Amino acid sequence: MSDLETLPLAALHAELGAKMVPFAGYSMPVQYPAGVMAEHLHVRARAGLFDVSHMGQVILRGPDAALALERLVPADVAGLAEGRQRYGMLTLPDGGVADDLMFANRGDHLLLVVNGAMKHLDMEILTAGLPKQSVTLLDDRALLALQGPSAEAVLEAMVPGAAAMRFMDLRGFDWQGADLWISRSGYTGEDGFEISVPIEQAEEFARAVLDHGDVMPIGLGARDSLRLEAGLPLYGQDVTAETSPMEAGLTWAIQKVRRAGADRAGGFPGADVILRQLDQGTDRRRTGLLPEGRAPMRMGVMLYDSPEATAPCGTVTSGGFGPTVGAPIAMGYVPAGVVAGTTLYGDVRGKRLPVTVTDLPFYKPRYRR
Amino acid sequence: MKYTEDHEWLDDNDGIITVGITEHAATQLGDVVFVELPEVGRTVTKGEEIVVIESVKAASDILAPLDGEITEVNTALADTPGLVNEDAEAAWFFRMTTTTPEEMDTMMDEDGYRDFVE
Repeated sequence: MSDLETLPLAALHAELGAKMVPFAGYSMPVQYPAGVMAEHLHVRARAGLFDVSHMGQVILRGPDAALALERLVPADVAGLAEGRQRYGMLTLPDGGVADDLMFANRGDHLLLVVNGAMKHLDMEILTAGLPKQSVTLLDDRALLALQGPSAEAVLEAMVPGAAAMRFMDLRGFDWQGADLWISRSGYTGEDGFEISVPIEQAEEFARAVLDHGDVMPIGLGARDSLRLEAGLPLYGQDVTAETSPMEAGLTWAIQKVRRAGADRAGGFPGADVILRQLDQGTDRRRTGLLPEGRAPMRMGVMLYDSPEATAPCGTVTSGGFGPTVGAPIAMGYVPAGVVAGTTLYGDVRGKRLPVTVTDLPFYKPRYRR
Repeated sequence: MKYTEDHEWLDDNDGIITVGITEHAATQLGDVVFVELPEVGRTVTKGEEIVVIESVKAASDILAPLDGEITEVNTALADTPGLVNEDAEAAWFFRMTTTTPEEMDTMMDEDGYRDFVE
């Protein structure tokens, strides 16, 4: 355990009674005394504060930084307005996904937020792919997420102006001398904000948020069930180096200007494979899965098209219990021709249990667009 | 009441032994969302996995605490798994008879179990 990094707010997590687990190279809070179920439901009903400081915050500067990033990301980066954020992927030459990320136009630079477990590898990809730009992984900022229907009122009371932001806006704010970078986004299916705060003021800021009666600290356990209900894929499970954007259902993140025949078509790793798939389709796709009984189907459960079939036709990549849905839920890969409503069979401890292929999400996101 | 190192409690009532998991175990598991019970009449061997219990976090098993036969299961748990978190001492999983009742004498009592988990 000694090689695990600690979060800037580790002392606060201990004080709040968090149960810590290793995740992405960090000792991270998986739950607080309220427990995963109560935390999940609290975020849906009111608001929760998440410490996601393990994620990488990267500054990209230099000549034509946005156009340059398009060499690595199949998204419309150059067309993104100042103060706006967008979802993207770092792709691989074979059409797989090296990581997914958020990028924002901050005027004279871009701010990227990448997955904690991937940030060092991402830095290698970014520095190698962008030799004329400067790429800096920040080590002096914490990242907090405030999510849920009460998030807007809680943050507005602390940082006037936050409520005026809409989904995927990103702006700088001052809070008691602290330089906050706030985006209206998150990974729970709720309205909410992600707040980058200098480490020196992070604990004070977090305590001020938690002082609000509507806000509860939330661990990784509920973060996982919230994002699963909202149909959001987790890099490393639902999206990997072995899945293409098309297979993973992420073609919406490849804007028209980057597609075949458009002004800035291609030019990113794996463009030939990825653009061909956009035209011709793929053999498999990511989908929602609703187990019929009460038994959860977790990551790694193999899917079969009949109780007798000997060869699997798909796999569960994320699964568990959905507290808001009130039933087990999962996502995974199935043959492209298998439509919503089809019954497949998941192998759970040697039993073939029925599971219905279902469109995502299980919970309709409540973003403020 | 007797306790095992696998965090089960056993309540012997004239040779019919009621089995559940301790509050300590329920807290460690977290919110229980699924329970799969053994069939009534099944002959079990000590250490055999006979109950599947899934929480929001992970799947785990309850092991047969003794050699014997399952005589009754608590079907309420299959419908309402959360009962385990509400009151672990009341949420029994199964009842059994045993061919090795003397083994219960070597199990921990309440004080012994408290020392064991601390």
